[in-house]
Amino acid sequence: MSVTLNRGQVLRRLRLGDIAFKHITRTAAIFVLVLLSAVILALIDGSVLAFRTFGFSFLWEEQWNPVTEKFGALAPIYGTIVTSFIAMLIAVPVGLLIAVFLTELCPMWLRRPIGIAIELLAGIPSIIYGIWGLFIFAPFLQQTLQPFLISVFGDIPVLSTLFAGPPYGIGVLTAGLILAIMVLPFVASISRDVFDAVPPVLKEAAYGLGCTTWEVVRHVVLPFTRVGVIGGVMLGLGRALGETMAVTFVIGNAHRISGSILAPGTTISATIANEFTEAVGALYTSSLIALGLILFVITFTVLAIARYMLMRLERQLGN
Amino acid sequence: MKHWTTWVAASFIAAALAPAQAADISGAGATFPYPIYAKWADAYKKETGNGLNYQSIGSGGGIKQIKAKTVTFGASDAPLSGKDLDESGLAQFPMVMGGIVPVVNLDGIAPGSLVIDGPTLAKIFMGEIKTWDDAALKKLNPSAKLPSQAIVVVHRSDGSGTTYNFAYYLADVSPEWKTKVGFNTSVEWPVGIGAKGNEGVANNVANTKGSVGYVEYAYALQNKLTYTKMINKAGKTVAPTAEAFQAAAANADWKSQPGYGVILANQPGENSWPMTAATWILVYKKPADAAATGEALKFFTWAYAKGGKMAQELDYVPMPAKVVTDIEKYWASEIKDANGKPLTN
Repeated sequence: MSVTLNRGQVLRRLRLGDIAFKHITRTAAIFVLVLLSAVILALIDGSVLAFRTFGFSFLWEEQWNPVTEKFGALAPIYGTIVTSFIAMLIAVPVGLLIAVFLTELCPMWLRRPIGIAIELLAGIPSIIYGIWGLFIFAPFLQQTLQPFLISVFGDIPVLSTLFAGPPYGIGVLTAGLILAIMVLPFVASISRDVFDAVPPVLKEAAYGLGCTTWEVVRHVVLPFTRVGVIGGVMLGLGRALGETMAVTFVIGNAHRISGSILAPGTTISATIANEFTEAVGALYTSSLIALGLILFVITFTVLAIARYMLMRLERQLGN
Repeated sequence: MKHWTTWVAASFIAAALAPAQAADISGAGATFPYPIYAKWADAYKKETGNGLNYQSIGSGGGIKQIKAKTVTFGASDAPLSGKDLDESGLAQFPMVMGGIVPVVNLDGIAPGSLVIDGPTLAKIFMGEIKTWDDAALKKLNPSAKLPSQAIVVVHRSDGSGTTYNFAYYLADVSPEWKTKVGFNTSVEWPVGIGAKGNEGVANNVANTKGSVGYVEYAYALQNKLTYTKMINKAGKTVAPTAEAFQAAAANADWKSQPGYGVILANQPGENSWPMTAATWILVYKKPADAAATGEALKFFTWAYAKGGKMAQELDYVPMPAKVVTDIEKYWASEIKDANGKPLTN
């Protein structure tokens, strides 16, 4: 009698525990949704004044004048996209090469040191990259790479504009290079992990047919891991778009669009970080929040496109 | 919406800070005077046991916080207008001063040997004077060996009181600067690269040959940068020294603006440095917490009386004694508790 009673009690208690656990986990999950919508609402609420004042021309006006309170977001949008593009242009191929080396060609004893080094690179706080960029990397570029680019491309029509001097050291290219270093570990370590997941039997079969390492990577590993690699690239792109401190230090913070990537520029996050503390006046603050909203939309769009591409790829593979 | 978020944020901050700093004077604002406020706070705590919690979040942030009444005093590098002070019920007074100096990086030019005047400086920062051997610079420096090097302009990228005062001076001496650029805590720079903070500008000037920038005097000294002399309103060539900054303050007509909101740029006087800058404190004339504001005023009285030497050690300039007497009279007549009794004796 007493045994069955105890058993009933225990079962009830366990069921209660289960229900409570379910509710707690659900609350935690819903909390994220609430948080996300609160952030979006706050950004929209804050930027209403700017969009009401300037209309959608806010998106394509270059002027950013705190004195006359005429604000346009084109220069920061341009800077954000160009620096991220330079970063991806360098980080994706280098990151993939690192991953291929680590999974296919690297001797066993060297794998761990390189792998750990890449993970440490990912763990360095961005402010450290900023300080290093400003004090060491920018002066180095000013004396080496930038004069080289200016003199080499000086006579070639389009490239001479792209690499027009003077070599300031800091600028759009420097910011792009720093970003490349910062996103490299994301691309490299995720690619390595997904390359590792390729079934050995596939690779061995390819080698058995007489494929070279390049052919195995090109025709077996990459097609098999496409989805994961794109995921890693998008994660890196997300970081590049939103990176603030390191970029602020080395981009030169000029609200101008210049044909030259050696010239100073600015990004959305750098502008906000620079000017938010001393932004006096409702319209100025609202324009900065509107910049934040634009960055949010850009990042969201990038992620959405990535998701869509991944879905299409998966469907193709399914067929 | 806004109120709701502010409340949540405020209650979190209050919950985090309340137990530890219940007795401290709380203030927030300008970053420029932060080192001296911190030093004064340290000495004041040793002497009286009362602490000061000053958050150097920037002038704009300081103004927002005092208006939201989350701090006892706000601090700003740009003075509020008389209208703004009246509307918000705030009293304003200058606390300490500093000097802004142009710095250059040119081979063979020693600190203090180059002379620049205001209109020429404005033209350089507008990109109209592009090389160091420009006729205007040669005329000011007949004996200096100026290279035909391109001028690289370095300015602040973050909003700052330094920029406000620097641009105010350029607007005062150059009508063209006034119409094309104007002045504010950040402006739309026609040329140049932006660097974060005084230390950023100092570093960029130190690294870039042919560059010119503007920094607080202390940063020029600490980084051993080549500062220039200036030609002041009286047409005299002056070097940036504590005496020259103080001369500007002594010659200023402090009572001409409500809340002593006089920008010290381009003041008269033969010895006045043209780019001197003050930083202001904001408190409520009828504070909700009269005791806290009273404590803050005690601290400011102490700082005026005993903080001068410490200020000079950090290359700030104390307020002249005459101005301090006026400010203390202003407190007695303006800042009162709920019963209309002055908070200072």
